[in-house]
Amino acid sequence: MLPLLGVFACKKSPDAGSLDVIPVGEFASLTGATASFGQSSHKGTQMAIDEVNAAGGVLGKKLKLITEDDQSRPGEAATVVRKMLSRDKIVALLGEVASSRSLEAAPLCQQAGIPMISPASTNPKVTEVGDFVFRVCFIDPFQGTVLSKFALSKGWKKVAVLTDVKQDYSVGLSQYFKKHFTANGGEIVGEQSYSSGDKDFKAQLTAIKGSQPDAVVASGYYTETGLISLQARELQVNAPLLGGDGWDSPSLVEVGGKAIEGSFFSNHFSVEDPAPAIQGFLKKYRTKFGAEPDAMSALGYDSAMILVDAMKRAGTSEGPKLKAAIASTKDFAAVTGKITLNAERNADKSAVMLEVKGGQFRYVETVAP
Amino acid sequence: MGARSGFLAAVLAAFVISGLFTGHPEAAWPLAQLDDYLLNILILAGINVVLATSLNIVNGHTGQFSLGHAGFMAVGAYGSAALTQINGKACLAALSFLGPCAQGGLFVCALLFGAALAALAGLAVGLPSLRLRGDYLAIVTLGFGEIIRVVFQNTEAVGGARGLTGIPPQTTLGWTWAVAALCIYCVSALVNSTYGRGFLAVRDDEIAAEAMGINPTRYKVTAFVVGAFFAGLAGALYAHLIGYISPEGFTFLKSVDVVVMVILGGMGSTVGVAFAAVGLTVLNELLRQAEQYRMVAFSLLLIVLMITRPQGLLGGMGRFFSRKGGNP
Repeated sequence: MLPLLGVFACKKSPDAGSLDVIPVGEFASLTGATASFGQSSHKGTQMAIDEVNAAGGVLGKKLKLITEDDQSRPGEAATVVRKMLSRDKIVALLGEVASSRSLEAAPLCQQAGIPMISPASTNPKVTEVGDFVFRVCFIDPFQGTVLSKFALSKGWKKVAVLTDVKQDYSVGLSQYFKKHFTANGGEIVGEQSYSSGDKDFKAQLTAIKGSQPDAVVASGYYTETGLISLQARELQVNAPLLGGDGWDSPSLVEVGGKAIEGSFFSNHFSVEDPAPAIQGFLKKYRTKFGAEPDAMSALGYDSAMILVDAMKRAGTSEGPKLKAAIASTKDFAAVTGKITLNAERNADKSAVMLEVKGGQFRYVETVAP
Repeated sequence: MGARSGFLAAVLAAFVISGLFTGHPEAAWPLAQLDDYLLNILILAGINVVLATSLNIVNGHTGQFSLGHAGFMAVGAYGSAALTQINGKACLAALSFLGPCAQGGLFVCALLFGAALAALAGLAVGLPSLRLRGDYLAIVTLGFGEIIRVVFQNTEAVGGARGLTGIPPQTTLGWTWAVAALCIYCVSALVNSTYGRGFLAVRDDEIAAEAMGINPTRYKVTAFVVGAFFAGLAGALYAHLIGYISPEGFTFLKSVDVVVMVILGGMGSTVGVAFAAVGLTVLNELLRQAEQYRMVAFSLLLIVLMITRPQGLLGGMGRFFSRKGGNP
C-alpha cells in the first residue's frame, strides 16, 4: 500500500497555489450514461472561461478551468470533487447537470467553504444543502407549473401523466405538474410509469388510450420519449405530448421522427429568441464548435459567467466574499434569461415553451416565473 | 486463536475503541496528514475490499454465481441511514447515556443494523433460490438486486428516486479498515475451519458432498447470509462516506464491478481478492490522466490480465497464504 501512497503524493498539480492563475473546478459527466449532457455543459463552460481569459481575465489573473470526468457514476462525483478541493485548491466549483451527482458534491463544497454553482440540477434539495450552493437553472416545481399553465392555456382539461420512476427529475416534474394542474381545474385521467432503459411502452400507452386524454405529459428524458411518441402514434394515441427540458436533444427528433411532431416542451432558452445575448452566444458557439448549442451548453456558459461577474464585484476569489457576491446576483443578463438569485439560492427566471415542428424546436412563448 | 488472529483482533479492538471515543481513530495515526482526496481513495478501497471478500465467499469459496451484491449493499446503506438520518435525533437521544460516545455508538449500531437487515435479506433470497445452480442462480440474484433497488426507488419515506440526503459523514479510514480487517478475518477463519471445508466441498462437487453427508443448501445459504451481512456493512460505510444515497448507486453495474474484483483477484483467494479490490480502486484513480480514454485503458488492462492469468491474480496460489496448507 505504501508505494501506492507515494505515487499519489507526487501527483500534486503544479499550478496549485500558483499566484498568476485562479483555479476554477468543473465536474461533468464527460463519459457514461448522460455523457451528452456533460459534454454540452462542459463546452459551454470552457467557452465562457476562454472568453474571459481572452479579454484579459479577472482581477488581473487568468482563470484556469480544471475539469474532471465523473463517468456519470454515483460515488465518483464525490471523489473527483474531493480531489479538486484538496489538490487543485479550486476557488469555486461549477457542475453538475445531474442532481444526484450535485448532491454528492454540495456537502463537500459547503464544508470547505467553496462556492458551487450548478448549471442544470433541478432537484430542490441541491441548494438546500447550504449557503455555498447555487444554481442558474429553474427548478422542478417551476417547470411543472409552467407545463401546467401551458396545458391550461391550451384548454386541455384531461391529461395523462407518464413518469420515469427511475429519474428523480421526472418524478419531481410529474408531481408538481399534477399539483398545479388539479388545483387549477384540470383532471389527471391516467398515471403510468416506466423505468429508464425500457423499450416497450405499449402496456402503459394502451391504458392511457382508454382514458382519452387531451394531452400526455411524458416527463422523462429524450432517450425514452422518442420511442414513447412512436409507440403512442402506432396505438392511435394522437394527443400531443408535453415534457420538460430533459427532451432537449437532437436524438428526440432522430428517434421520434414524424411521431413527435406537434409535441411541446419547456426549456431554458430557444435559439430562435432574437435577444442579443442569445444571438451573440449562438454565433460564438457555432464558430468555436461548429455545432448548435443546446440548453446545457447555455447553462454551462451562464454558470461560469455568473461566477466571473461575482468575482469582479467581490474583488477577490476568496470563498465567503465570493459567496456573498454570487448570492447578490441581480438581473444578470445571461443567455438563458435575466437571472436573479433568490434567498433559496435558486435562479428566478423565465422558461420558454418549444414545439417540435418540421424536425426543429420552434419557439412558442415565454412563460414568466 | 493463533498468533495471527490474536494480532488482528487487537488491531481491531484498538480501532473500535479509539473510534468510539473520538470518531476519528486515524487522528492519532501518521496517515492523518493525508489530504482529503487520498483519504477518500483509501476509504473507498477499504469498502471495496469488504465488498469483494464478502462476495468471494459466495462466488469463490462456495462456487455459486451471485449478481445481486449491490442489492444487499443497498439494504445496508438504507438500513443504517434509517438510524442515523431518518430517525437520527430520536436514536441519538436514546443513546445519550453514552455521553461523548453517543455519536460513535449510534454509528456502530447503524452499521450493525444495516448489516443485520442485509443478512436477513440474504436469508430471504437464499432459501428459495439456492436450490438453483449456475446461470439460473445468477439470474435470480440479478432479479433480486433489481427488486431491492426498485423498492427503494418507490418508497417515498427513504427519498424515492430523489435519494436520501444529509446522512452524517461518519465513515473514517479507521472504521473502514477495521471493518475490512474484520471481514477478511471472518471469511478466512470461516473458510479455514472444519465447518468451512463444507463450502469448498459444495463448490468442488455438490453430489459428492451430499453423499458425504453435507447439506449443500444449508452451506450455500450460510455463505449467502455471511456475504450479505458484510455487503450490508460496506453499504452502510458507503452511505456514511458520501452522505447521500440514491437507488441509482446500487444498480446491476455495481454488482458487476464487485464480480470483476473477485474474478481478477482469483476466485476463492481471499488475499488475492482483497488486493484486486485495492488495486482496481487505485488504478481507476491513476488512470484519471487518460481522461476520456480512461475506461478504454481500464478495460484493456482487464482483458490483458485475464488472458495472461485466467485464474486471477492470486488464484491457485492459496497454499502460500493458508495456515493449514489447504486451498483457502
